[in-house]
Amino acid sequence: MTTEAVLPADLETALPTTLFRFATAGSVDDGKSTLVGRLLHDSKAILADQLDAVARTSADRGFGGEKGGIDLALLTDGLRAEREQGITIDVAYRYFATDQRSFILADCPGHVQYTKNTVTGASTADAVVVLIDARKGVLEQTRRHLSVLQLLRVAHVIVAVNKIDLVDFSEPVFRGIEADVQQVGRELGLGSDGISDLLVIPVSALDGDNVVERSARTPWYTGPALLEVLETLPAADELESHLESFRFPVQLVVRPQGALAPDAVAAGLDAEAYRDYRAYAGQITEGSVKVGDQVSVLTPGQSPRTTTVVGIDFAGASMEEAAAPQSVAIRLADEFDVARGDTIAAAGTVREASADLYAALCWLSPKPLREGAKVLVKHGTRTVQAMVRSVAGKLDLATFKLEGASSLELNDIGHAQLRLAAPLPLENYLHHRRTGAFLVIDPLDGNTLAAGLVKDHPGDHEDERYSI
Amino acid sequence: MSTSLTEETQVTESAISTRLSSLDTLESEAIHIIREVVAEFEKPALLFSGGKDSVVMLHLATKAFWPGKVPFPVLHVDTGHNFPEVIDFRDRTVERLGLKLVVGSVQEFIDRGELAERADGTRNPLQTVPLLDAIQSNKFDAVFGGGRRDEDKARAKERILSLRDEFGQWDPRNQRPELWNLYNGRHTVGQHVRAFPISNWTELDIWRYIERENIELPGLYYAHEREVFARDGMWRAVGEVSQPREGEDVITKTVRYRTVGDMSCTGAVESNAYTVSDVVVEVAASTLTERGATRADDRISEAAMEDRKKDGYF
Repeated sequence: MTTEAVLPADLETALPTTLFRFATAGSVDDGKSTLVGRLLHDSKAILADQLDAVARTSADRGFGGEKGGIDLALLTDGLRAEREQGITIDVAYRYFATDQRSFILADCPGHVQYTKNTVTGASTADAVVVLIDARKGVLEQTRRHLSVLQLLRVAHVIVAVNKIDLVDFSEPVFRGIEADVQQVGRELGLGSDGISDLLVIPVSALDGDNVVERSARTPWYTGPALLEVLETLPAADELESHLESFRFPVQLVVRPQGALAPDAVAAGLDAEAYRDYRAYAGQITEGSVKVGDQVSVLTPGQSPRTTTVVGIDFAGASMEEAAAPQSVAIRLADEFDVARGDTIAAAGTVREASADLYAALCWLSPKPLREGAKVLVKHGTRTVQAMVRSVAGKLDLATFKLEGASSLELNDIGHAQLRLAAPLPLENYLHHRRTGAFLVIDPLDGNTLAAGLVKDHPGDHEDERYSI
Repeated sequence: MSTSLTEETQVTESAISTRLSSLDTLESEAIHIIREVVAEFEKPALLFSGGKDSVVMLHLATKAFWPGKVPFPVLHVDTGHNFPEVIDFRDRTVERLGLKLVVGSVQEFIDRGELAERADGTRNPLQTVPLLDAIQSNKFDAVFGGGRRDEDKARAKERILSLRDEFGQWDPRNQRPELWNLYNGRHTVGQHVRAFPISNWTELDIWRYIERENIELPGLYYAHEREVFARDGMWRAVGEVSQPREGEDVITKTVRYRTVGDMSCTGAVESNAYTVSDVVVEVAASTLTERGATRADDRISEAAMEDRKKDGYF
């Protein structure tokens, strides 16, 4: 290999880029893998040897007939079974970058366990791209996908109406689907509740229309191409984190007690000054913190203790201010007994910890949820035992109505009431995408059973629009 | 009144302008994962080969626990065919950071007759048995690795915390969903977890980070003159265990290594990248993936990595 390739002249000046995470979701055969392959290919994220491998396999399987085309879907199918069966089984992560942004793409398969995969991909996504086949329009599964995204409060939902070439680039077909999508969005509150927005784009993943470049074949569409949208949307933490109150689950206590890192000492660290060093390490999940801020330490079973932040450290550097999602170590004025599982929060912004948990559960396990079951709840950095007191109902994702149910099965979404062995500083997921989220874990084999989203108790003043 | 209003506006503006760069975001994510594993597991260890990804992992660990020591040992599976300068780098690094080094030796397993040399001479696939033996005999319940999802199709599907059974095997069709930043590392006796905190980094991210943090690497990552011969479309170094066959001419070339594995399967690339910033520019412009360019072990089949992982590989 040589370095003769032409380099982008602004390589250095373009830095630093920011990170944007998005996911794709779709139904069977709507061309999602092809769209992902197209995005990677046209943004030059696919390198020559990868393309060669795909071209060889495409030729072996006779893809593209006489045209000798390549099957872009092969770029994303990572497991042997997926390539052999021509299906995507599991969430795959892909990486590409433009001058503006580095992207992490979670490619979520549509047919097997779609709820599990969509919930997983969407939980960390700034945006989700949902595919619709232009020949089929809005299907029941599209409604299900959109309702899962609304439940998870994904900031930006982009609907790509794919295979627009197969309906002769027809504007009336597109407008009809667009109207249907907006109708579903309204029913869900998606794109109209100030939390999320909803965009519809006509694309042909196979030919690349409106994927990276705007297409001349859809002159009636004046909006941006998909990649342009992804490059310009604000990331979720730009939208939220600085408006929210500071939250910091303590991961561990850094207290070297004289056992200092030899390289730090060699570099001139004053060992004596760090003899009594004590800081609380963690990642800021929401908001920001400054030296001098008043904070409350929340420990289950104790009333909040208020103190002052005297230092924010990161690997030898002291900072005046830090914000989500930074990992830091925080020093406090008072020597409280603070441990893993405690939360440090902006003083006066936290409601009382509660052992009664009412939540929406996305059930991700083949083992069904039954009333009376003993489970573990992992919230922030604390895991507590819990009992399922009652299942309040199961959500019909097509009608968005809660129906009576006494158990939840794989891929069901429902509401349940849990009793915790220790009170936790729970917050409504609607306003807190991190401190409102938790895992339900099987105490027997340790598997993750459900994704949990904290809700207000029914009867408390929750807005009707947010009923799902 | 008006003063406080002005202050408030300034705070908002500064908060927005401090939006983290992608490297800072990746660094924070990795440190969060490293701390989670240390807090939730009894006995973690870090796989450390002296390769760039494991060097970055160790650097992140020093930052995560600063000013304290890195609170876990490092584990190296020595194929017996490593580059001598990489072993030297490994030992100096361990010494500098005051770490404990555990070595699993492929050679010892071969000498005892518990492993057989492969016909093609490559020892990378032989690392699995000594690795699992070291994990079991040291009772490690979590093992950090520098694996990245952009390296390989199978790795693209693996979780950040990847559960392995009693035989070290990965079951790709039965993985736990990984939600938000809540990592579930629960395991039963005999099982262990492989943790990949830099899953979301690309090769370019690694190099930009090495440049930014001024991290030392073994010299063979940078351009140098070396006696090489061509095999399987790669430049292979001449060494004790890597000798040209008949018809393979030895020539001196200016090369560097993009990945550092076993000498028997790692190829060099022609390069004039003498410094870390040269390498950043070279990697950004490269038209080949690092494994495609330099690793014979991944050319065995389309699913080579997946098959090795199912057997307990890194």
